[in-house]
Amino acid sequence: MTEQLDAGLVAEQIAENPDALSSPYAGGELGRGRRRKEDAKLLTGQTNWTDNMTLPGLLHMTVLRSPMAHAKIISVDVSAALEMPGVIAAYSGKDLADVMGASMPCAWPVTPDMVSPVHTPLATDEVRYVGDGVAVIIARDRYAAADALEAIAVEYDQLPAVVDMEQALKEGAPLVHADKGTNQCFLFDFPGAGADFDETVAAAGDDAVVVKRRFRQQRLIPTPMECRGVVVAPIAAADEFTLYSTTQIPHVLRVMLALTTGIPEQKLRVVAPDVGGGFGAKLNVYAEEILALVIARKLGRPIKWTESRSENYQATTHGRDQIQDITIASKKDGTLLGLKVELLADMGAYLQLITPGVPVLGAFMFPAIYKMPSYRFICRGVFTTKTPTDAYRGAGRPEATYAIERIMDELADTLGRDPMELRKQNWITHEEFPYTMVAGLTYDSGNYEAATEKAEQMFDMVGLRAEQKARRERKDPVQLGIGISTFTEMCGLAPSRVLGSLSYGAGGWESASVRMLPTGKVEVVSGATPHGQGHHTAWSQIVADSLGVPFEDIELVAGDTKSSPKGMDTYGSRSLVVGGVAIHKATGKVLDKAKRIAAHLLEAAEGDVEFKGGTFSVKGSPEASLTIQQVALATFAAHNLPDGMEPSLDSDYVYDPENFSYPHGTHLCAVEVDTETGFTTIRKYVCVDDIGKIVNPVIVQGQVHGGLAQGIAQALYEEAVYDAEGNLSTGSMVDYLLPSAADLPHFDTGRTETPATSNPLGVKGVGEAGTIASTPAVINAVVDALRPFGVNDIDMPATPERVWRLVQAGSANGATQ
Amino acid sequence: MIPAAFDYVAPSSVADAISALVEGGEDAKVLAGGQSLIPVLRLRLSYPSVLVDLRKIDSLRGVREDGADLVIGAMTRHADVVKDPLVKQYAALVATAAATVADPAVRHRGTFGGALAHADPAGDLAAVALALDAQLVAEGPGGRRTIAAADFFQDYLQTSLSPDELLVEVRVPKLEGQWGVAYEKFNRTAQAWAIVGAAVAVRRENGSIAEARIGLTNMGSTPVRASAVEAALAGAAADAGTIAAAAEHAAEGTTAPSDLSAQSDYREHLARVLTRRAVTTAAGL
Amino acid sequence: MTRVSMKVDGVVYEDDVEPRLLLTHHLRDGLGRVGTPIGCDTSNCGACTVLIGGESVKSCSVLAVQADGEEITTIQGLASGEGGTSTWHPVQKAFQEHHGLQCGYCTPGMVLATVDLLKNNPSPTEQEVRHGLEGNLCRCTGYQNIVKAVLSAAAELRGEQPHKGSFQDSTDLTEVHA
Repeated sequence: MTEQLDAGLVAEQIAENPDALSSPYAGGELGRGRRRKEDAKLLTGQTNWTDNMTLPGLLHMTVLRSPMAHAKIISVDVSAALEMPGVIAAYSGKDLADVMGASMPCAWPVTPDMVSPVHTPLATDEVRYVGDGVAVIIARDRYAAADALEAIAVEYDQLPAVVDMEQALKEGAPLVHADKGTNQCFLFDFPGAGADFDETVAAAGDDAVVVKRRFRQQRLIPTPMECRGVVVAPIAAADEFTLYSTTQIPHVLRVMLALTTGIPEQKLRVVAPDVGGGFGAKLNVYAEEILALVIARKLGRPIKWTESRSENYQATTHGRDQIQDITIASKKDGTLLGLKVELLADMGAYLQLITPGVPVLGAFMFPAIYKMPSYRFICRGVFTTKTPTDAYRGAGRPEATYAIERIMDELADTLGRDPMELRKQNWITHEEFPYTMVAGLTYDSGNYEAATEKAEQMFDMVGLRAEQKARRERKDPVQLGIGISTFTEMCGLAPSRVLGSLSYGAGGWESASVRMLPTGKVEVVSGATPHGQGHHTAWSQIVADSLGVPFEDIELVAGDTKSSPKGMDTYGSRSLVVGGVAIHKATGKVLDKAKRIAAHLLEAAEGDVEFKGGTFSVKGSPEASLTIQQVALATFAAHNLPDGMEPSLDSDYVYDPENFSYPHGTHLCAVEVDTETGFTTIRKYVCVDDIGKIVNPVIVQGQVHGGLAQGIAQALYEEAVYDAEGNLSTGSMVDYLLPSAADLPHFDTGRTETPATSNPLGVKGVGEAGTIASTPAVINAVVDALRPFGVNDIDMPATPERVWRLVQAGSANGATQ
Repeated sequence: MIPAAFDYVAPSSVADAISALVEGGEDAKVLAGGQSLIPVLRLRLSYPSVLVDLRKIDSLRGVREDGADLVIGAMTRHADVVKDPLVKQYAALVATAAATVADPAVRHRGTFGGALAHADPAGDLAAVALALDAQLVAEGPGGRRTIAAADFFQDYLQTSLSPDELLVEVRVPKLEGQWGVAYEKFNRTAQAWAIVGAAVAVRRENGSIAEARIGLTNMGSTPVRASAVEAALAGAAADAGTIAAAAEHAAEGTTAPSDLSAQSDYREHLARVLTRRAVTTAAGL
Repeated sequence: MTRVSMKVDGVVYEDDVEPRLLLTHHLRDGLGRVGTPIGCDTSNCGACTVLIGGESVKSCSVLAVQADGEEITTIQGLASGEGGTSTWHPVQKAFQEHHGLQCGYCTPGMVLATVDLLKNNPSPTEQEVRHGLEGNLCRCTGYQNIVKAVLSAAAELRGEQPHKGSFQDSTDLTEVHA
């Protein structure tokens, strides 16, 4: 055997440089806290952000945006701008009408009769939100491009703004899209898989206890730290383009850009370089991507556009923004009868890529972990003259989780029950899995009891309840509140058949390739696109574990449609659950083939060859062995392969999940509320998440921390506010309050492990769990603190002023305090 | 975002700076630390023709004693004010409030004089200057004049400086005797502007409150003095009940704005609570 | 145009610049020091933080002309030595060891703000770290691991052992605040 290897030139070179051949695999990669491979460049400033990129002859694009929420465009005059120094071109929407495509895509028509308005990258006749693009400047540098915007003269004829969803649905309301005759985008009526809610409640007669609340999911601005940006490098003569974008979805973007602009897909390469966070806001096809592309095509020059934060707050999609009318019913003994959900979901002025799908995704999540015989979900999508909404971390699931976890507390209060005991009475017990819940999902696994027990141990529930009682009794100006959130979510988006049944325009599979290189190193190609999560590290661990090669020897290729040609990208906590499983399956195929080659080289029957720790050996004669690296080299040399075998050691796998995955957990929050000022301080935050098997516990913990921060921020700090004229009042970080290190507490985190049974890795996903779970935990705690004042709800964010007004009203009404 | 174009001069003396302002006319602007001005320029909320940068004028920096006054140069950075031993000894309230301005990086650039001349009623230092009866020294083509803090702040972002005048130094009467100070800043997140702030200095004598100085942040278009509280505390017993009763007057004479951050009645309530807390702390209770 | 000279990460650069040119654009577009990113236009986020004369400043709120004659350190000049053989600053090491970064966009500013913080306060408490970094926003980490990293780097800079990193072989994720 060794003679054959030595005969090869490559092998000789490697023999002189023994380090080139890998050291043996150390083992135990899955579940190991590996340092991140991503960090070196990020910590030394050698990152490749989109705005870092420069090209010979690069031109800069700026976008003139509407200062009005709603107006007819009478005229756009760019002639003065064209006279400005350094300006190469200037275009109105009409100037580009024949090249910019008929409409930007919405991939999720949630009902057959959904109203889908035309959405051009630049407005041509009418602007419909503050920030809607009206014209563009192309100039030699970014300063000249900024100056020239001010020289564009636009004449508007102002139309009435429509800011409030309920007003928008009223007869005679001004129409966002006059040609559609309505501001209602869709009505999605979902009966679930159980009984009718109203009939079930009626049948229960006097035994039914019904609690109804209206919750508001305020509008949020996702705010990844990196704003958006695009660079387009054309080879105009060949009609070929490379588009670099701060996107979560280079693969989907390529398809959509090809469909929108008519540029043939094979002529278009889309690259997501290093991307500074996304949180759903970069899960889209944006006007500026199309504009930069078609203008680069028109001028034959490279174009860069870099968004400012002020633009980002107006022109990048927002999240949440629902009015939720929630009705829950139980028997007097607390057994749930059912849930009815009536939503208004603000689309904003147009439909972006999955705008209408976000609330509809939530339809499946409202019943959460609870057993109930009946369910009804009715959602109206509504157009308003505001920035379009779309996915924001959790996308439909945080809204649902908030509603069910809030209303469970209110039901407990109405019944005079402990909120945790009421949950325990109604949740699915671990013996009952797999369990098909009332909205029709089949939860494969879970153990809510175990997570809750661990969380309660970490939290000191008994001690905190005693302190709460003491503070209430002594009428302490600082009151203590305790909030619970026992959540689940659906991750791993998604089985393609399910997406098809929901009219989504694409599948939910993910692609992977694993290539063993001649020197025994490995390249793993993934269709999941990283933007901070740590894919390079996690994927290396999965491959190392399967192939028995060292972690250090594995490199990730991703985020570029030329080198990772197939993918569905990164969102919906899907990377590990779908993309990770694809890699696991692809490495399995590599291993199978390597085993056949090893058996051939070892002159043994395949069935007699064992693989362990990166080495193939023959049963019963351990001296006859080959490392997987030796097999890779022999495959490359191809001197002695089984007859007819292709000389390669690589494989592809496209994995389409058979089910969603269902992470769950128990979050417990204690807040101190200063009833004099209304200020809320988080005293203690405990979360125990069950995300199944884990690959890297440190990355998992980081995802949980970051998710908690965003969920807590929704509860206490963040809100996009529009005035009656449709101006975004919170147009910068001065007014849109993001929490800093000084505003957030230490989180106590824990984990239980109930593996998913629907995928071979047993993983469930963790990207959104913290965000989904934490918002209701915090608000439940605030409401709990204020119950002595007769308070049973508070709008988010629970600002000091809102708290103070509720305390004032409660005190005025003679509440117990 | 990117500022519109402007001319720039960086004179090395006050006289040259004043000449530059005179020459620049109404659209000339003084650049101190730039921590308020540069964001304003980036957002294109202001279009100065020329910026007169004071960074090369060393005489505008530093803290010194001059008889009964502590003199703080207008270009003294917040970070230096916070650390300065003379400020700690004679005007601790200035240091206490300056330490809450924005964040450390901004305090490395932002200046004491720049913050006062910007005259944002939500800024933390104007209320302090008012409470301590600071005298602001301006220099213009006609020489120097001294303006009492009470006269300096005219309206929202407006001072009694004329366009060709520079704020050169701030004279703060030394607090001699047994003074305690506190600045209660109320904001929703740590780096946000104050919704309301209460800047308080209290002189204790024989167990009672001999004198109190109280300035309020963001309770009107200028910083305001809580005179009624001061009057109620003068010579009063230093106990919780007396302080609470006095603090009930905190919103008297204020014209608190209603805006995105808070409605005026909530601000008035906060002014009372924060004043009570700040006085309590400053009185050492 | 105004002539400016500044030393950036050890190299002196002389350039003619427009007075309105922001220092951060001068570093990025003029000098190619693109390690310093921009995250906002109101000086809130701190992503663009650099050291001028060893002190943290937000380079988006400084004009290049104001930095004339100054010595500037960006994230690209923090490690000692060059390229692959460079030795990371203890703060850089601690951010990796404690997983104090995810997407990495806030990281240059966060690291440099930390260097400044620890210079002024070598033994900060957790709360002092949290307040000391209030001018630097991060959207990924929830700050907990950043705080851990800063406390660990502080120990190392004081000549003590850095704190045990997060990356250990244990799969136990339980962490309870001391």
